[in-house]
Amino acid sequence: MMQLKNLSVTFNRGTEQEFRALDDLSLSVLEGEFIFLLGANGSGKSTLLNVIAGNVRADLGKSKIELYGEDFTHKSLHVRAKQIARVFQQPADGIAAELSIVENFRLAALRSTGRGLRIGTDNAFRNEIRDRIAVLGMGLEDKLDRTAGSFSGGQRQALSLLMATYLKPKLLLLDEPTAALDPKSAETVFRLACSIVEHQKLTAIMVTHDLRHCLRAGSRIIHLHEGRIAHDVAGLKKQEISLANLYAWFDAPT
Amino acid sequence: MDFYISALSLALATTMMAWGVFLSVRIFNLPDITTDGSYTLSASVTAVCLIGGLPWYLSVLCGILCGALSGSITALIHTTLGVNALLAGILVMTALYSVNLSVMGRSNLPLSEQCDSVFSALQLSSDRYRNELMIVALFAIFSLALLYWFLKTDFGLALRATGQSEAMAASMGINTQLMKITGLAIANGFTALSAALVMQMQQFADINMGIGIVILGLGSVMMGESLQKLFGLHSLSMQLLLVLFGCLVFRLIMAITLASGIDPNWMKLFNALVVLLFVSLPVFHKKLKLR
Repeated sequence: MMQLKNLSVTFNRGTEQEFRALDDLSLSVLEGEFIFLLGANGSGKSTLLNVIAGNVRADLGKSKIELYGEDFTHKSLHVRAKQIARVFQQPADGIAAELSIVENFRLAALRSTGRGLRIGTDNAFRNEIRDRIAVLGMGLEDKLDRTAGSFSGGQRQALSLLMATYLKPKLLLLDEPTAALDPKSAETVFRLACSIVEHQKLTAIMVTHDLRHCLRAGSRIIHLHEGRIAHDVAGLKKQEISLANLYAWFDAPT
Repeated sequence: MDFYISALSLALATTMMAWGVFLSVRIFNLPDITTDGSYTLSASVTAVCLIGGLPWYLSVLCGILCGALSGSITALIHTTLGVNALLAGILVMTALYSVNLSVMGRSNLPLSEQCDSVFSALQLSSDRYRNELMIVALFAIFSLALLYWFLKTDFGLALRATGQSEAMAASMGINTQLMKITGLAIANGFTALSAALVMQMQQFADINMGIGIVILGLGSVMMGESLQKLFGLHSLSMQLLLVLFGCLVFRLIMAITLASGIDPNWMKLFNALVVLLFVSLPVFHKKLKLR
């Protein structure tokens, strides 16, 4: 469903700080795969997510990104966002703090279509949002008009997840969605993410530093090292993998 | 009495500029000071159109479009060339000084008695000052309603989201560059409407009429914000009304000060002090509470 071909990203090209974040990386993602992306700091995990989403441009030349056969390599961020949804590491990035919950969801509902000059936050829409949020069991369904900024980090991440998947995305990118949260909220958000991906049968890529995450869910694990894929396991091999195996990857990356 | 009525009219007309500043600074999170230039530009263009024989509504529309255009140029410089928004605004404002001089052909352009104007075309009251007040009030109410409705529409939500979290806006498929360009165009459009009305009230356009006007707008926004913090009013409608209130208070204090016979040369210093007082109110309030 997604093909990454010979993807390279170089920062500060031609200077002393030149840094190759992704190095001729090729990857084929199948529909319905739930991929965990591992790697040490600076291995290229975030760059990979950014280059798929369009925040970072791939080097000119051989690099190519295809989604269902459509060339995405040179499309701008907001065009890609119509099909690719994203949840950020920082709760503050994923939600507009001074808009109410309903208003935030209104934007999520219009992700693929664009926005006109009409007031769309009517009662029918509110009722739908109320039902969707009630699933969280956090009591947020009674606070639809409170500004998003007044909620805790965990609540905002949970809302961000619901917003990103309000319209079924072709691809869901999760950039360490639990890293900025306390352990309890992190657990809630991780479970929520897994259950949404499973129920909606989404294709998703989650960056994580918590190796135990990979054992609890997902269908494929990719380990990046210095901008290249060092390990890539799926299927039965993925199910058989142990925490010790994963630690070993980090100790001896290649 | 006439003195205070006309001060009130002036305050209401200025409020539209203050809403423009509120839009750029608070809603879109872009410190835009094109305002000083777009204010004078709109006044000059409207004056030239009126003198050229255009009806008032077309003249005002031309003024608004020119103001909006200058705002979008600032945003374009900021987004495409990566120039700091404040600097982009200063550049456009400086360039507009020359543009304004060439539009007017001189530094001061009075309207003749024969010129059409919104205040001569519409007669809601036989008294000149009351007529002005009623017309300006209508414009202010209309602007307020328009602005409130607009910011609640789907497009308005996209504009507001862009100002609050660009990452979020972009991930929701919003073209954030386009939002900034449209946003500053709208903000400066309101500034331009304000200038077109003020120019017709005073019956002349002047090259210096925009100097420091952005401070008046910022002052009103900050006053509104202090009151907002003081009383914990956070809804959008309240924010817009508090900007209006801030502007009224500001202009009335200025009028009272002038009437008391203070040397007009000290007015700018006095304005700065008034703004300072209002901005520091929440801090004093907090300290008193802690005691």
